[in-house]
Amino acid sequence: MTELQAGQGTQPLEVPRIDARPQRYRDVLIALVAFAVLALLPMIFGSKSLLDFVIRCSAYGLFATSLNLLVGYTGLISFGHGMFFGLGAYGFGLMMQKTGVPIPVAFVATLVITTVVAAVIGAICVRLKEIYFAFVTLAFQMLIHSTILSWQSLTGGDQGLRGGIPRPPLLGIDLSNHLHLYIMSCALLVIGLLLMRQIAQSPFGYTLRMIRDNATRASFIGIDVWRAKLTIFVLAALFASTGGMIMALFVSGAYPEFAYWTISGEGIFINMLGGVTTFLGPMVGTVLLLILNDTVTRLTEYHGIVLGIVILFFAIGLRKGLMDFVVEWVAQRREKANG
Amino acid sequence: MDLDALASCLASPACLVTQTTSGLIIGMLLFLVAVGLTLIFGVLKVVNFSHGAFYMFGAYFAMTAYQLTGSFALAMLCGAAGTALLGLIFERAFMSRVYGADVLMQLLVCYAFVLIFDDVVRMIWGPEFKSMGMPSAFQVPPLFIAGGVVPPYYLLLIGVALAAAVILGLGLARSRIGKVIRAAAHNPGMVSALGINTGLIYGGVFALGGMLAGLAGALAAPVRSLTPGMGFSVLIESFIVTVIGGMGSILGALIGALLIGLIRSFGSLGFPLFTEGLMYLFMVIVLVSRPTGLFGKEVA
Repeated sequence: MTELQAGQGTQPLEVPRIDARPQRYRDVLIALVAFAVLALLPMIFGSKSLLDFVIRCSAYGLFATSLNLLVGYTGLISFGHGMFFGLGAYGFGLMMQKTGVPIPVAFVATLVITTVVAAVIGAICVRLKEIYFAFVTLAFQMLIHSTILSWQSLTGGDQGLRGGIPRPPLLGIDLSNHLHLYIMSCALLVIGLLLMRQIAQSPFGYTLRMIRDNATRASFIGIDVWRAKLTIFVLAALFASTGGMIMALFVSGAYPEFAYWTISGEGIFINMLGGVTTFLGPMVGTVLLLILNDTVTRLTEYHGIVLGIVILFFAIGLRKGLMDFVVEWVAQRREKANG
Repeated sequence: MDLDALASCLASPACLVTQTTSGLIIGMLLFLVAVGLTLIFGVLKVVNFSHGAFYMFGAYFAMTAYQLTGSFALAMLCGAAGTALLGLIFERAFMSRVYGADVLMQLLVCYAFVLIFDDVVRMIWGPEFKSMGMPSAFQVPPLFIAGGVVPPYYLLLIGVALAAAVILGLGLARSRIGKVIRAAAHNPGMVSALGINTGLIYGGVFALGGMLAGLAGALAAPVRSLTPGMGFSVLIESFIVTVIGGMGSILGALIGALLIGLIRSFGSLGFPLFTEGLMYLFMVIVLVSRPTGLFGKEVA
C-alpha cells in the first residue's frame, strides 16, 4: 500500500478548536479589578511619592513588557528597544510644544511616527540573526541618541526638551493635575498590558513562540518569518513609545538619557529580574528594580556595587527570573501534593 | 555641519598629518581593546561586555605605579600584568559558570561587573577626574612632519600597538600555543579529549584579552583623563570595531579600528556634533550590506 492509498477513505482530521473567550473574559476581569485597585489607591494612601512610583512603574512596565514580546516570546534579543521609549518621549513632547494640538491627537500622531520609524528600522534589523540583531538594534539606538544630541535647534541637544510640556485640559481631564495624570497612567498601563496579553495569547502570539523555538520549521509550514518578526517589532515599539509618552508627561520634558542604550539595558535587566516565561514577569521586574534603585540610592552612594551583586545573585545563583522561580516552585509543590 | 573646515583640512598637508596621527592613535588604542574582545569571542564564544573595565583598570594601575615608582616602563608593565591577573580571576570565578547558559545570562554577569568595577574604582581612586601626566622622557618638543605637529609619544603608542598586533598575529598563526588556541576555538571537545586543559586555555585567552585592554589603558593614561566609567565609551566603540571588522577576526579588528579612528578624527572637523553618529551610521551600513562584518566568516 502506498502512502497515497493509506490516506484514502480516512476521515479528515478534526482539529479541536479551543474556545478562547473564557480566558479573554478572565483577562479583562483581572484588568478591570487591577485598574479599580490602582484607582482607589490614592483614596487610601494619599502620599504623592507612592503615586509617583506607580506612574514610573507604568512607564517602565509598558516598556519592559513590550520588550518581553520580543525577547521572551519571539527570541529577538533587542538591545535598542529603548530608542522607541526615547522616540515616544521626544515625539510627544515636541508635538505638544511646537504645534499645540490636543493631547490625544499628539498621542496618536506619535504612535504613527513610531510605526513608520519602527517599520523602517525593523525591516533592516529582523533579517539578522541573534547577536547581530542585538548589535544593529544597539547601533540604531545610538544613532537616534546621537541625532537627538546633535539636532540642537529641534531637540535642545544634551539639555533635553526644556520649558515643560503644555497640557491643555480636554473634556474635564487635566493632566497637570497630579491625580488625573496618575489615573491616566494607570489606565494606559492596564489597557496596554491587556492588549499585549491578547497579542501574546492570539494565534499570532503562538506563531511567535514557534519562530523562537525553531524558525526554520516555522518557515517550512508556510509562515512568513520575516513578516511576523517585523509585525511584532513594530507592535512592541508602539507600547514602548507609549511608555516614553507617560514618562515625558511625568517629568514634563524629554532628555537624551531616555534614548540612551542604558534604557535598553535596564529593560533587558528588568526582564531577567522578573523572568521572561510569564506574561507578568517583566511587570514584577519593573517594580523590583525601581524599589531596588530607590532604596539603594538612598542608603549608599555606591549603588552600582549593590545592584551588581543583586544581578549576580539572579544570573549565577537563581539562573532565572523571580517569576520563573516562583512558577517552578509552585509547580513542584503541586506535584508533591499530588503524588 | 562644517564641511568647509573638512575641505580646507583635506587640502592642507599639515592639517592632514595632524588629523591622521590623531586618528591613528584613537584607532590603535581601539584596536588593542577590540582585539581582546574579538579574541575572547572567537575562542570562548562569549561577548565580554565588561571589557571596558579592563581598559579602565589598566589606566588606573599604570597611574598608581607611575606615581609610586616614577618609571614609565614599570607603569606599562603594571597596567598590563595587573589586568591580565584580573582577567584570569574574573574568567575562572565567574564567566566560566555561565558558558552553557543563555547569551542574556552572560551579558547580565558582565553588566553586573561593569557596575561593580566602576564603583570599586570610585572607592579606591575617588570619583574625580585624574591625570597621570606625560612621563618626563617624552616631554620633548614635538616633531614636525610636513608642517603637521606629531608628539613623539604618539609614535611610541602607535609602535607598541603595531608590535602587539604583529606578535599576536604571528603567535596565533605559527606558535604551538597559538595552534592549540585556534583548535580550541574550532572544537573544544576534541582539544580536551586530546588531553589539553581547555579551562586553562580559556582562562589564558581571557587574561590575554584583559592584558591587551589594560595595555591600551596604560598607554592612554598619559594622554587621556582618568575617570570611573571611562571604559564604557571605549567599550561601545570597540564593539563597533569588532562588528565592522567581523567578530573573531584580528585583521578585521585592525582595519575596523583604523577606519573608526579616522572617521572620528576627520568627522570631528566636518560634523562636530555628529561624530559619534557617523560611526553608528557606518556600522549600520556595513552590517546591512555584510551582516558578519568585513572580515567575518559566514556563520550558519
